[in-house]
Amino acid sequence: MNVELKVTPDKYLPHRYAGASGDFNPIHIDPEFAKQVGLPGNILHGLYTMAQVARANVNAAGGDPRALKRLSVQFRGMGVPEQEITVTGSVKEERDGRVVVDTEAEQGGKRIIRNGEAELETG
Amino acid sequence: MPVSTDAKGKTYPPFEYEVGKEKIREYAHAVGEDNPIYFDRAKAREAGFRDVPAPPMFAVVYSTGSVGPALFDPDVGINFEMMVHGAQEFVWGEPVCAGDTITTQTSVKDISDRGGMGFYVFESVSHNEAGQEVVRGTWTNIVRGGS
Repeated sequence: MNVELKVTPDKYLPHRYAGASGDFNPIHIDPEFAKQVGLPGNILHGLYTMAQVARANVNAAGGDPRALKRLSVQFRGMGVPEQEITVTGSVKEERDGRVVVDTEAEQGGKRIIRNGEAELETG
Repeated sequence: MPVSTDAKGKTYPPFEYEVGKEKIREYAHAVGEDNPIYFDRAKAREAGFRDVPAPPMFAVVYSTGSVGPALFDPDVGINFEMMVHGAQEFVWGEPVCAGDTITTQTSVKDISDRGGMGFYVFESVSHNEAGQEVVRGTWTNIVRGGS
């Protein structure tokens, strides 16, 4: 099983994700506000990036969302719109029709999600 | 300021969320899902779901109304200017589909001071109307410079 997904969130993605998730924290949708608090611009929601890690692992397991039993991640740094994100993962343990995958997300050479662990049902 | 751990163990009232087919569509679209089971009822039923399923990370949508009040509770006392979302875990059970009513209850699982940083860990547990557990979330927020 090979986990790899590439996605480039467009400029307005954080607005759509804010509407979909209900998280309207201005650091995600207002570049001026974000700059005032010391960020380079508006940043991605961490839980959006975690959703990309979930999607990459579900796809690798065949696309059935019921396959994903557990996902834990650590957020580091920050993701930004208009730059490609790459999610990768490799199987570290396999038993009884379940696999544990070490997984992370990287953007511009920085790991924005690290120490991710996904548990998938493959049987 | 030292981190106050007084709110450890505090539990909040349950929060109810009715899962709608169009909300699933909106969320699935926003996160880039293209599997037709999230958009097409017939395709979802062919795949063995009673209605369109929610993508796993939709857990965020129905849990937020429960986790939010715990995060903002003055007894917990998080300094939001210094807070980052440090880690997140979800453990999924029964799938969530359009038409479900999900009840989520949140508690303060742990508060600790590690080298001047406050670690605030919340646990949310969500059930469907049949009483089946659908997800258990662990939300870790880190506050620099304590509370």
